[in-house]
Amino acid sequence: MTKTALNAEAHSKGSLADQSPAARDAELIARILAGERELFHELVRPYEKSLYFAAFSVLQNEQDAEDAAQETVLKALKNLHRFRAESKFSTWLVSIAINEARARLRHARVLKLESVDSAPEEDDSGFTPSVISDWREVPLEALERKEVRELLQKAIARLPEIYREVLLLRDVEEFSIAETASALGVNEGVVKTRLLRARLMMQKILAPQLASKRGGLFGLFRGKAGGSWF
Amino acid sequence: MVLNCRHVWDQISNYIEDDVAPELREAIEEHLAHCRHCAAVLDSTRNILYLIADDRTFALPVGYSDRLHARLQEEIASSE
Repeated sequence: MTKTALNAEAHSKGSLADQSPAARDAELIARILAGERELFHELVRPYEKSLYFAAFSVLQNEQDAEDAAQETVLKALKNLHRFRAESKFSTWLVSIAINEARARLRHARVLKLESVDSAPEEDDSGFTPSVISDWREVPLEALERKEVRELLQKAIARLPEIYREVLLLRDVEEFSIAETASALGVNEGVVKTRLLRARLMMQKILAPQLASKRGGLFGLFRGKAGGSWF
Repeated sequence: MVLNCRHVWDQISNYIEDDVAPELREAIEEHLAHCRHCAAVLDSTRNILYLIADDRTFALPVGYSDRLHARLQEEIASSE
């Protein structure tokens, strides 16, 4: 059945499909707490991808991230009565995932000493982006190339954890600044500072790599102007 | 307001977020119009963000959702 057909069916049954996410979550939570525990599947389904990538941003390993995501869902079920509606359910869930992942990292004693982590965040002096004036465009078609996807993944993996977290939540999962701050338990100013650093680090790592590929990988697509995508 | 390249880099993230005051935005755009290096930094940063946001860049492990819900179902069933 197509997604449209499913939605139409859901609508005809007077289900939750046409509610805002917050209203949908609130209704589901109330029903789950009243005993319809099976509905927890539906409550978490829209956020299961965010959970995984939140855990992955900390753990950097697929299996560990998946384990942490499963544990997160079980903890959320157990502690659902503690959820307070002043925060969004999605950010509450992701904050559990981040905490679970960090606890696992500590437990595994694989926390690496990352010198940039402890550097003063506000100190961006001396940071210089890669200045490559003839590279501005990367066509989306490039993502069909495994090599390009791997370049992007490796670049994120190179970032210290605090920068990976904000980048994955804000720029991959597209949380708002406020939601990212809430999920990470920091204020919005901290998120913005980390985001600046994370984005410039990504630019510094990737611009030269992608530029060097441009002739071979991107030469066919030069007609697309990068700036016009936004 | 006249900005140098460093000022523009410091604001590049907020600029992408459209989170700068109108006067500052105007000054940044004035700088970008005359500095091809900063214009290239802005474009390349934006495009990298565009690429990493694409679903193809970060894919979930195959079967992740099924395993998650199976584990959840075990928990729900065991506590009933």
